[in-house]
Order: sequence, then C-alpha cells, then structure tokens
Amino acid sequence: MDIVGNVLPQVLKDEATEDKGEMARLQSFVGAIAVADLVKTTLGPKGMDKILKPTGPGQEMTHITVTNDGATILKSMYVENPAAKILIEISKTQDEEVGDGTTTVAVLAGELLREGEKLIQKRIHPQHVIAGWRIARDVALKRLRDISSENDINSQEFHDDLVKIARTTLSSKLITSDRDYFADLCVKAVLRLKGSSNLDYIQIIKLPGGTIRDSYLDDGFILKKQITIGCKRRIENAKILVANTAMDYDKIKIYGTKVKVNSMDKVAEIEAAEKEKMKHKVDKILKYQPTVFVNRQLIYNYPEQLLADSGITVIEHADFEGMERVAAATGAEILSTFDAPERSAQVLGHCDLIEEIMIGEEKMIKFSGCKKNEACTIVLRGASTHILDEVDRSIHDALCVLITTVKNKRVVWGGGNSEMQMAAACEEEAKKVQGKQAFAIEAFARALRQIPTIICDNGGYDSAELIQNFKVELQKGNQSCGLNMTDGTIGNMSELGVKECLRVKEQALMAASEAAELIMRVDDIVKCAPRKRERA
Amino acid sequence: MSLAFDDYGRPYIILRDQGQKKRMKGLEAYKSNILAAKAVANTLSSSLGPKGMDKMLVSPDGDVSVTNDGATIVEKMEIQHPTAKLLVELSQSQDAEIGDGTTGVVVLAGKLLEQALTLLDKGIHPLKISDGFDRACDVAIKHLETISEEIDIQANEHEALIQAACTALGSKVVSKRKRELGKIAVTAVLDVADLARRDVNLDLIKIQTKTGGSVEDTRLISGILIDKDMSHPQMPKEVKEAKICLLTCPFEPPKPKTKHNINISSAEDYKKLYLQEQQYFVDMVKLVKDSGANIALCQWGFDDEANHLLLQNELPAVRWVSGTDVELIAMATGARIIPRFQEITPEKLGKAGSVKEVQFGTSNERMLVIENCQCTKAVTILIRGGSQMIVDEAKRSIHDAICVIRNLIKDNRIVYGGGSAELACAIQVLQYADEVSSVEQYAIRSFADALEGIPNCLADNCGLNPITSVAQAKSRQLQENNPRIGIDCMELGTTDMKEQRIYETLSSKKQQIQLATQVVKMILKIDDVIAPDDY
Repeated sequence: MDIVGNVLPQVLKDEATEDKGEMARLQSFVGAIAVADLVKTTLGPKGMDKILKPTGPGQEMTHITVTNDGATILKSMYVENPAAKILIEISKTQDEEVGDGTTTVAVLAGELLREGEKLIQKRIHPQHVIAGWRIARDVALKRLRDISSENDINSQEFHDDLVKIARTTLSSKLITSDRDYFADLCVKAVLRLKGSSNLDYIQIIKLPGGTIRDSYLDDGFILKKQITIGCKRRIENAKILVANTAMDYDKIKIYGTKVKVNSMDKVAEIEAAEKEKMKHKVDKILKYQPTVFVNRQLIYNYPEQLLADSGITVIEHADFEGMERVAAATGAEILSTFDAPERSAQVLGHCDLIEEIMIGEEKMIKFSGCKKNEACTIVLRGASTHILDEVDRSIHDALCVLITTVKNKRVVWGGGNSEMQMAAACEEEAKKVQGKQAFAIEAFARALRQIPTIICDNGGYDSAELIQNFKVELQKGNQSCGLNMTDGTIGNMSELGVKECLRVKEQALMAASEAAELIMRVDDIVKCAPRKRERA
Repeated sequence: MSLAFDDYGRPYIILRDQGQKKRMKGLEAYKSNILAAKAVANTLSSSLGPKGMDKMLVSPDGDVSVTNDGATIVEKMEIQHPTAKLLVELSQSQDAEIGDGTTGVVVLAGKLLEQALTLLDKGIHPLKISDGFDRACDVAIKHLETISEEIDIQANEHEALIQAACTALGSKVVSKRKRELGKIAVTAVLDVADLARRDVNLDLIKIQTKTGGSVEDTRLISGILIDKDMSHPQMPKEVKEAKICLLTCPFEPPKPKTKHNINISSAEDYKKLYLQEQQYFVDMVKLVKDSGANIALCQWGFDDEANHLLLQNELPAVRWVSGTDVELIAMATGARIIPRFQEITPEKLGKAGSVKEVQFGTSNERMLVIENCQCTKAVTILIRGGSQMIVDEAKRSIHDAICVIRNLIKDNRIVYGGGSAELACAIQVLQYADEVSSVEQYAIRSFADALEGIPNCLADNCGLNPITSVAQAKSRQLQENNPRIGIDCMELGTTDMKEQRIYETLSSKKQQIQLATQVVKMILKIDDVIAPDDY
C-alpha cells in the first residue's frame, strides 16, 4: 500500500524482492564490510590463515584447503549478498591482473565503505561522497607514482629490488621463514624468462615429502613423465622430436567410413594394412633422425617397439602444457605430420642431456642444457599436500608480482609506507577543498591508513601508537620509514629491504575505489526470483 | 466477477472458466494499471540525471549487475505485471531507436500517468485525457523544433560531439572519465561514419571488454580485436601486410551433409583411403597457401594434422572465430567469406596492415588485433575496469554515448539538457491549454505539469530543493525569454545550459515525448483486465 492507501499491484514476480534507499544501502554496506572483515586477519606478515572446507556430498568434504591468499579464500566462498559479490569480483580481477594484493583490495574497498557509511549517517549525499573519493583517489595515485622509483632493468639494483619485492610478498605467507631462499629462487626463475611474461613456462612440480627447504629451481627442465620401458634412460646430445599425433591406431578421419569384409582373409589383410600404415608413419618419423620422441598422445606397444628398436627413447602421453614447455625449452616445433624430413634440423629440439631422475618417490625426466632454455621448473617439497598447495599459491603470487615488476619496473617502499604517504596526500588535499567533499577525502585517507593499522593489529602490536609514530616520522621527512613487523617499531624500509611493486598498489587502489564507488551509487536492489532448479 | 442471467435466472457463462479468471473493470482497472506502471517509473526516477543513483540487480542465477541505464534496469527486473511490462517495452524501444534517454522516457510516462490519475479522480473520461495529451504532445514537439539549434559538429575538433557524449556519460559510474571516454566514442564513431550519407554503421564499432586495469585504461584500437589466439603455439605472433583468408569451412576431412557410408572391403581400399585422407589436408593447405594468403581465419576447428601442416607451411591460422567477428572482419578487410577451399582466389582475400597477438595480465590471456584494414576503418573500443560489473556498466555507457553521437551526425539539431527543454515545452503547452475550450484543457494543463516533473525529478536527485529551483528556472525562462534555463545539477553556478554545455539531441527528446505519450494513451484505453488467476 502506498501513502494514500491504494493497494499497490504486484509488479515483480513472486519471490522477487526490491529494497530501496536506506535499506538497499544498508544491505550493501553490511555485505561488503563483512567480506572485508573476513579476510582482513590474513593481511600482513603476521596475518593468519584460513581453512576452507567445501560443502557438498561425497569425498570432497575431506579435501580442505589452508590458505592465506585473499583471492583463493574469496573465490571459494559462496555469498548471497550482491555487494559482497562485487568485492569478490575485484579480488579475482586483481589476481588475474597482477597476481598479488588480493586481500588488500578487498579490505581497502571494505574500509572505504565503512567510512562511507559513517558519512551517509551524517547526512552527506552519496554523490558528494563519491565526488570526494574521486578527488582523493587522484591525489593518492599521483603521490603513489611520485614516491615510486625506477631502476635500470639490467642493473644490480634492479635485481636487488626484485629479491626484496619477492621477500615482501612471501613474508605474509606460510614460507616466511624461508623467504630469502624462495625469493632468490623466484627471481632466478623469472629472470630466465628473459622479459617474456608467459607464466606457463615456469612449471611448478609439487611432491610431498622432505621439507620446504628441499625445494629447488632446476636449471634444466623437468617433465613429470616416465621414459617408456625398454628405452635408454640417459641420452646425451639429444635430438628431440615433439609431436602431437595419434600413435595408437590411426583412425580414418573421413566421415562415415566403415569396414565391411566378407571373409577372414580380408580381416587379416586389413589388419596388416593397418600395421603397415603405422609402420609407415614410424618410418617417416625415423627419417627425421631424432634420438628422443615425445608425443602428447598415447603410444601403443607396436609403434613404441618399432621406435625403441631403432634406439629412440620414447616419452608418451605428455600433457598439452608439458609439450608446449618441452618445445619452448628445447626449441622444437610441435609436429603432427611427418612428410618433410628435410626440415629436420629446423624442427628438432636439442638438449645436452636427458636423464631419468628420482625426486622423492617419483621418477621424472630431466632435460638439461636446453637449446633455448626459456622454460624452467620449480620443484616444491613439503610435508603435506596442503602445505604444498599453499606454497604453490605463494610462489605463484611472488612470480606474478615479479613478472609485473619486470614489465613495469617501478617500485615503492613496503611496510605500509605507500598507504601512509597516500593518506597524507589526501589529508593535505582535504584542507584545500571547499564543500562537503572534504569529509569524503578525509574518509578516504582514514580508509587508506586502515591498511597499516590492520597489519599492526594482526601482529599484535599497539596500532594506535605505532600509526601515530609512523605519521610523525613521515612528517619529519623520513620518506622511507615503515612498519618493522619483527620488532613492532617504526623502521627504515631501505635498511630492512622491504619493497613492493607499484603496479600492484596502483591496481589495488583503482579497483578498490572503483568498486566502492559502484556500491555507493546503488540506491535500489532488485533481486529476481531465483531460478527453479529441478532436483535430480 | 459479474455474471449475466437469462430469463429463468440461470447464469450465462461468458468467459471460459470464468470462475478461475481474475478480472478488473472500469476505474478499478485504470487505477491498478496506472499504479503498477508508476511503481516501475518510481524505481527509475532516482536514476535520472548526472547525480542519479544506480540500481543493483540480482539475476535468477545470482549474478549481480549494477547499472544506471534505464533499459537495462527494467529488462533485468523481470517485471511480471502486464501493464508495467508496457513500460519495459517503452524503454526498450527508445533504446532500439535512439539508444539514449531510456530512463527519461519511463520517468516522463510515470509523470503523465500520475497526472492522469488525478484527472480520473476528477471524473474526466480517460479518452478525453488521452486526446488532451495527444494535442499537448503535438504542441510540445513543435515547440521543441523551434527552440532547437543546429550545431556545427565539425567545429573545434568536434567539440560539440564530445560535449554531447559527455552529457550522456555524465550520469554513469564512469562519469569521472567522461571527457576521455567521450573522446574515444567520438573518434570511434567518426572513424566509421559515412559523413556524406550522414550515416553510421554501428556494427563497425566493436566493444570488447576485459577486466583488469581501471576505466582509465580504456583504449580505442583502430582495428578489430578478437578474443582468440593462434591455433598453434609456435606460429608467429605478428603478421605484417596481412592477406587474410576468411574461411567458414573446417580444416577437417569433408563431412557431406547427406548420410553416407564408405565401405572398406579390402586392404587396398584401406590404403587408398588413407592416402586420400592425407591428401585432403595437403590440398587444403595448398589451396590457401597458393592464393597468396599469409594468415587464415576460420570459423571452425582444425584437425591436428592440418594444424601442423599450416605451421609447416608458415601459414598462421586462427580457429573458432565467432560468426559476428567473421562478418566484421570481412567488412573491414574487404575479404570475401569463403565457404569452400576450392573457391579460394587471390581476389577474395582481405588485406590489413598487421595482425598481432597481444597479452593481458598474468593469466596468460591473449587477443588478436587486426589493424589498418583495407576497406573501412572498423574500430574496437577495449574497455578495462576493476571488476566485471564496472566493465559491463562502462560498456553500456559507451554504447549510449556512441548512439548519441550517431544521432547527432544524422541530425545535428540539439536542445539543451538539464530539464530546460522540458520546461520550455511545459510553458508553451500551458499557454496553449488556455486556448482550448473543451474538457481537454485540463488534460493539456496536466501534460504541462508532467513535463515539469522532469526538471523536478532532476533537481530532487541532485539534492536541490525541487520546487524552488524549478519555479526559479521557469520564471527566468519567461522573463528572459530564454528556453535554455534549466537546473544547475552540477552546481556550476549557472542555470544557462548553453554555458554548461549540456547538449541533448533533438531526435532523442522528441522520441521521448512521443513514445511516452503513446504508451500513456495505450494504458488509458484499457478498461478491463482479464488474466488467469494465479494467486
């Protein structure tokens, strides 16, 4: 019923709901802040991990994940609240775009909205809040870019920067105690890519057993496959043919083909023909004179035996990614037809040594001294699969950040330095702006400052005191000060060597403020009737 | 439910299953319809104008979208009420015809219905009301034409177009970057516009979205961007002076449509067939290669063997290119779409300056860019943003801006925004009302009130006092005889919309008023609603 007493006809479908104005806003604030609060304890070097347990029937129940990675936590959560979904979405995008800062982005957006809510309660119109935020964001972004520094890509300084960045990223993860070791490992892996940003070329092999410390970067390339029985286990100066072809039986691809015979003899003949066809194919392969044959698909016994007889080492069933990596590492071309043996020199890959090695319990094939040497392998060891998975995610984060840094080259100080600097810039700006927007700019500064505050809180330090000291230190002109999370003091980041990638911070700032703006602008939430699902 | 009785007192059954039908008649039906339509208009009214708010819509599958675009909101609300559905269609037809002003049209219809309701309460016959609205509408449209101004779209580096685009983008979440995005939209439209015919083929502007980065990173690519990569990882990532072979046949052995069986009855047959099969691939690739093509784009898939042969012949290829992309590429590069390998000739190849693969983010996603196409300059706007919702909304906003620019190229007459045009029309309609001696007078006067509702609503959304600001604007319009006085939504200190440079196209405004009036007339004609009773 409306105010005049008219009965309002039902406009939307049954079960659909519409929330307007304050109710809608309240709903989005509550949802977004709840999500941000959930992940905020994982922030910083002293952040805690979460256990994720899948719902649903069957075996999956037992498969749990322990993680510190914001995107992984948020991705696995099922939420109903639309505003919360937006936060999850930006965290995912952050993961895809730069790979790290996935928690920061969600927390920052949540803190912005928390501040926004207070402003709304003060009767400031959302559009004014947004206008203020926009000014603040530009100011913050400008300051962020101003305080960043750049080193030449080939210099030792840049290399040091990379190690520091990797250390900073890894310090909030499970492997924080071994971060020096892993930082070095990641930097080496990324530098091997020689500027290419294709993460696929860095293979991560996870093997339970041993300790985390036993993980290593292999200078060769490791394929998680076995050499077929009856072949040489060690090949020096290998010429490798990488193929993607059917080596089981070559089925006829022409549509509608059927074999119809009228006598047993004919069957035998056709069988012979089939065999001959395979033989023919193998002969063609042999013409390339490889010493190693790697195929993506299955290889049946017959061709395998033929190849082995000719002294060729056969590796079958390499998965697609593995193949691409083998090809990239050895400089081979992936073949599917074998009619041009004259191109042999061009298409065959080359490496100095292929051997079967044992890591833990598993047999692997190691290619060392590869021609192109672009792909490499990180072997991770650890006590359990859960640890390995988490280490894998951490390494992935570090690699992503490093690749982004190599592309972008600019770095900022870590330890909350950039956030505090941005907040300071916003506060300076707030003093100059006329009108209600100034409140929103101040709120933006407060939200930014929340990030180091939460990092402190997570470390169990007195955040109120530390942050104030931090502010004073910055005010004194100490540009590189930051939180020393081991001692709980304000330290010098250049001495501690805590650096972060500018691009990650930039993306987090932009994405968080865009999302907060998006949620702030909403004054009406319409939920359609959920689609009816047939129970199976 | 009313029943008819015959002479013996037995009830006639007029409608089948009458007892199970829900029926509303007369005034009750009018009111119910109007209230339902108003409910929709009310939801939209807070989205109007530069300070309008957004709506968050949750689809039946739980997907969230946040939007300010009227047509999208009403579409995603999944409205059930039959009369309210008329407003959905209203918004959509504005979207299809003009592309912009989809919120305004619904709000106007809502205001008109509100007025109609009070007139009904006064006891004026609905048909009289709709006649009055009709006449008032004509007056308003005529007046719009007299106050419209022609603008020079070429002048000052198309400044007028950029301003108009900015007006359209001003109400959206991307408004912070409206200038940059406006420029992108203008450049895109001008690149593909046929200025001689004053027409723009919007199909040539492809809008591609990719999450990541921020809205600032949105770029205009003077070429076509397709979300695909080369079929073989080792193919070259860039082809210069590309001669494109556009295929709609797969690189696979032929599959005739008629059902057939090939019977193999002997080993010879088997061998022959094998050889023939091999030959197929060789022939296919050879035909493409011989035509002089140096890149093949195919709508279908490739067999492994064919894929490798392509690589071996140094012929980069792309598979599974979508149908619309194939058409776009054909238009842009002048390529003919080739349905059979036998029909490839050098003349049918399209030409482009370069085709190259570009990569985004860490997740290893690649896209292909086809640049410097031979024929028309098809362009792509690549939209970036922090999340899927932002990117989607930016896409809708850019689409609106593009439509506005196209309309201006078609017809370069503009009216000024900020509610000034509506206000000017309202004044004119009010004057006309006094000249009408019949009952319609009331309806015409109400029409003027409804028109005033738009600036009213604008002022309300901007946090201004609606009644004072509208009254001020109106009196200044009358005193200064200046139809450009409107509501100062952005608080820039002037109410002259010419100074604020808020441009709206005449065609859009006209269409809004006409469409809204039509729908209201239609709703006013319904006096009986019969629906299956589902409650």
